[in-house]
Amino acid sequence: MRLELRGITKRFGALVANDHIDLVVEPGEIHSLLGENGAGKSTLMNVLYGLYTADEGQILLDDEVQRFDGPGDAMAAGIGMVHQHFMLVPVFTVAENVMLGHESTRAGGVLDLDSAREVVREISARFGFHVDPDALVEDLPVGVQQRVEIIKALSRNADVLVLDEPTAVLTPQETDELMGIMRQLRDEGVAIVFITHKLREVRAVADRITVIRHGRVVGEASPTATDAELASLMVGRAVELTVHKETPRLGDNALEVRDLVVTSPDGQPLVDGVSFTVRGGEVLVVAGVQGNGQTELTEALLGLHESARGSIRLDGHEIVGRSVRRILDAGVGFVPEDRTEDGLVAEFTIAENLILNRTDGPPFVRGGSLQLDARDDFAREKVAEFDVRTQGIDVPVGRLSGGNQQKVVLARELSRDLRLLVAAQPTRGVDVGSIEFIHKRIVATRDAGIPVVVVSTELDEAVALADRIMVMYRGKVVGIVPSTTPRDVLGLMMAGIAPETEGEAA
Amino acid sequence: MTATTVDGATAPQAAAPSRAVSTVTPKAAIALGVVLALYALLLLLAPHEGDARFRLSTERDLFVLPTLEVPALATAWVCAAIGLAVVALAVVRNLGGRRVPLWGTVLYAAALLVGFLAWAAAGSPRDLSVVGLLSGAVVLCVPIVYGALGGVIGERAGVVNIAIEGQLLAGAFTAAIVGSLTNSPWAGLLAAMVASVLVALVLGLFAITYKVNQIIVGVVLNVLVIGLTSFLYSQVLVPSAEVLNTTTRFARIPIPFLERIPLLGPVLFNQTIVVYLMFVMVFAVWFALYRTRWGLRVRAVGEHPKAADTVGIDVVRTRYRAVVTAGAVAGIGGAFYTVVSINQFNREMTAGAGFIALAAVIFGKWNPVRAALAGLLFGFATNLQNVLSVVGSPVPSQFMLMLPYVVTLLAVAGLVGRSRPPAADGVPYTKE
Repeated sequence: MRLELRGITKRFGALVANDHIDLVVEPGEIHSLLGENGAGKSTLMNVLYGLYTADEGQILLDDEVQRFDGPGDAMAAGIGMVHQHFMLVPVFTVAENVMLGHESTRAGGVLDLDSAREVVREISARFGFHVDPDALVEDLPVGVQQRVEIIKALSRNADVLVLDEPTAVLTPQETDELMGIMRQLRDEGVAIVFITHKLREVRAVADRITVIRHGRVVGEASPTATDAELASLMVGRAVELTVHKETPRLGDNALEVRDLVVTSPDGQPLVDGVSFTVRGGEVLVVAGVQGNGQTELTEALLGLHESARGSIRLDGHEIVGRSVRRILDAGVGFVPEDRTEDGLVAEFTIAENLILNRTDGPPFVRGGSLQLDARDDFAREKVAEFDVRTQGIDVPVGRLSGGNQQKVVLARELSRDLRLLVAAQPTRGVDVGSIEFIHKRIVATRDAGIPVVVVSTELDEAVALADRIMVMYRGKVVGIVPSTTPRDVLGLMMAGIAPETEGEAA
Repeated sequence: MTATTVDGATAPQAAAPSRAVSTVTPKAAIALGVVLALYALLLLLAPHEGDARFRLSTERDLFVLPTLEVPALATAWVCAAIGLAVVALAVVRNLGGRRVPLWGTVLYAAALLVGFLAWAAAGSPRDLSVVGLLSGAVVLCVPIVYGALGGVIGERAGVVNIAIEGQLLAGAFTAAIVGSLTNSPWAGLLAAMVASVLVALVLGLFAITYKVNQIIVGVVLNVLVIGLTSFLYSQVLVPSAEVLNTTTRFARIPIPFLERIPLLGPVLFNQTIVVYLMFVMVFAVWFALYRTRWGLRVRAVGEHPKAADTVGIDVVRTRYRAVVTAGAVAGIGGAFYTVVSINQFNREMTAGAGFIALAAVIFGKWNPVRAALAGLLFGFATNLQNVLSVVGSPVPSQFMLMLPYVVTLLAVAGLVGRSRPPAADGVPYTKE
C-alpha cells in the first residue's frame, strides 16, 4: 500500500511540532525518517497512527484520503506501529497480547486462544522468529518483545509498518537481525517507515531517506550519502562527528573499584562483583545494553545505594559507606542518567540549579542565607562558558532544551574541584550540536588528569570517547578492552559473550 | 516548551518489567510461632476443665453423625502439638530458603481452631453446633464476597473502589424501601443493584472522566451514602416503618436430597437464592475475567491502558463498563442485608463489611476465587464470635467482636505474601 502524507501540521500551543510535512512511502520500500530528538518524527507518526489529530493536512493510502479518530481506525486501514516503548501488557502471554483488540471468539465472547496461538506460530515460522505463544511477555528479552510487537502488527495485516526508534533497546546483533527482518518484510511488499537518529543504521537499511529538522522536511538523501552529509542535513550545519583527543597521560591518582555488589530491595544482585580501575587522565566508558547494572554502578559510586558492598577507593580513600555529601566533598562530579529526574529541579532557575549542591557554605551561602549576587555572577559566568542558550539566568531550567539542560548539569559538576567525574548517558536526548560540546568538555576533564567514568549505551559514543571500554551484562563485567576493539566483538560482549582473548586486566 | 520535550511527551514510561521476585523470609515461621505461643499461653493461664461437645448433625440428615465429645484440655494440647509440628516444619523450610507449603498453613489453622473451640466450649451446657458455625459463616460472608467481587472487577480495570461500603449501604437502603413497597424481594434486589450502580457511576465520573484521586472519591462517597441513608432513615423510614421498612425476605430453597447430606447439606444446600447465586457469581466473574474478550480487555486497561489504546480499545468506555458491572455485583451484596438477612433497614447496618471486602480483594490477590475465599474466612471469623457467645465462651464478648477485624488485619498484613496489583490500578488514563 502506498502511504502519502500531505502538508501535515501539528501544533502544541505555540510550538509547531510538524510544519507542513510531505512524505511518500511506496510499497516494498524502507523509508527512513531521520532527525534529531525533538525534530518531530514521533509526533508525525502519532498523527499517522491516529493518536494525535493533525491541525492541517491529509493522510492518503493508495490515493484515498483517510480520517483516523484513533489507533483502531489506523490499524483497520492497514497501518501497524512498533512503538519505541513497547505497547505490550507484561503479565499477558504472547498470544493474548497479539489478539488483544481484535480477539477471535467463540460463542458468548469466549476467547479462542487456540486460533491466536496459531496466528503467532504461523507468523513466527514465516520469519523465523522462534516466539512461544504461551510465554509471558515480561519473561522475554527486549529483542523478542519487539518481535512480538511486529507479529502484533502483521497479525492485523499491516501493509504499512512504522518502526519508531526500534534499535534503542537492542544490542548490535539484535539490531542486525531486526534489519534482516525489515528487508524480508520489504521484499514481501510492506511499506516500512523507519524512524531513527542513528546514521549508521539508516545507511545500512534505508532505500530512501527523509530528513526532518525543527518539524520541517529539510531534504531527501540517498543511502549512499556519507555520515557527515547526513549529519549536517540533520543538524543544519557542518558537525564534527569524531572526538579529537590526544593519547592519554596517565596520572598516579585513580578510582579503584573492587568486588562491588549492589542488590535490589528483594535481594537480586544488580551489580555483581564488579572490579575496575580508572587512572587519572583516562576515560573508561561503561558500555552495554540499558538495564545491565550501569545505572546502579554509577549510583553506587555516588553513595546512593545503601546495599552497596565491596570497595570503592578514590585516591586511596575508601568511599563505600560514606554519605553522598561527603562523597561530593571528596571531589566526585556526577552527571545523572536522567537529568530531569535526578539532575535538575525543573521549576528552579538556571542560577538556582547551578548552585544546587553547593549550598553548604561560602561563597554562595553565608550565615544560612543565600548570597544572591555571588550566585548570579557565578551563573552568568558559567552560562557563557558552557554556551547555555538561554534568555537569562533566571529562566526555569525546565524551559530549556535537552542539550542546554545537560550543559547546566555539566557546568555545575565541572566547576567544582573534581577528583573524579562520573557521567551517565551524558548525551542522551541531546542535540548533535550540544553532543559535540559535551564530548569536548569530557575530554578536557580527562586531559586535566582526572579519572572519568562515562556510561553509554550508544556504541558510537563509547568508541569515540573511551580510552578503554568496560562492557557490562547482567550486572557483571564481560570484559575491559581497548577502544580500538572491533565493533562486532563489542556487540557480542554486550550480549554477554566474552572476547576470546581477554583484554587488558582490570 | 521546547521541541525536545514534545517528543518526550509522546513516550511516557512503559510499564517497567518490575517483577515481584519471590524471596523467602522467616516471616511466616515467626508469625506462626508467635500465634502458637499466644495460644499456649491462653491454655496455661486459663485452663478450662470439662468436656467439649461438637454437634455435627441435624435431625433432617440422611443419617445422623454422633455428637463428638472430647476432653477439652487434652484436645487443646494435642492441637497445640500439631501446631508446634507445623511451626517446626516452617522453621526448617524457611531456613532452607523455601516457603511453608499451603497444606502446612491449613493444617496449622485447623488445629488451632479446633483446639480453641474445644477450650472455649469446655463444660458448656450447650453443644457447639458445627453446622451452625459453618452455615452461619456462609451466610455472613455473602455481602463481603459480593463486595469483593465488585472490587476485583473494578481494580482489574484500573479503578480502585473504596466505595464498596457505600455501595452495599445504598443497596441495602434501596432494597428495603422498594422491597417493602412492592412486597417482592426480587424488586428489592433489583433496586439494590440500581442504587449501587448509581454510586458506581458517580465514582466513574470522578475517577475516570475527571481523574480525581480515586481514594478520595471513594472515601467521600462512603461518607455521603452514610449521611444520606442515615438522614432518610430517621426522617422517612422510621415514621412510616410499616409501609417503607418492612420487607418480605427471600425464603430458603432447600435442594432436594443434597440438603440432607450430613454437615455439607445444611451448610451449602439449604440457603436462599442469593447465596446460590453467589457460588455461581464467583465462578462467572472468574470465567469472564480470564476466558472472555471482555475480561481480556478489562485486564489490559488495568495493566497497560496505553497499550490497550494503541490496539483500538476504548479505555474510558471499558473502565466505565467494568465499574458499572462491579457496582451491580456489589449491589446484590447490599440487598442481602434487607431482603435476606433481616427484613428492615437500620442506620449504618453494613458496619464496615465494604472495607473488609476491600481487604478480601487484596488478600485474594485480585483474583475472584481467592477473594471469595478470603471473604468466606472473614465471614467465618464473624460467625465464630456469634457461636462462641451462644455456648458461653469465657472470652469477653467485646474481644470476640474484634475477631473479624483482627483476622482481616493479620491476613492483609502478614499472611498475604507478596502480591502484585494490576499495574495501572488507581491511575487515571490520560490520552495525549
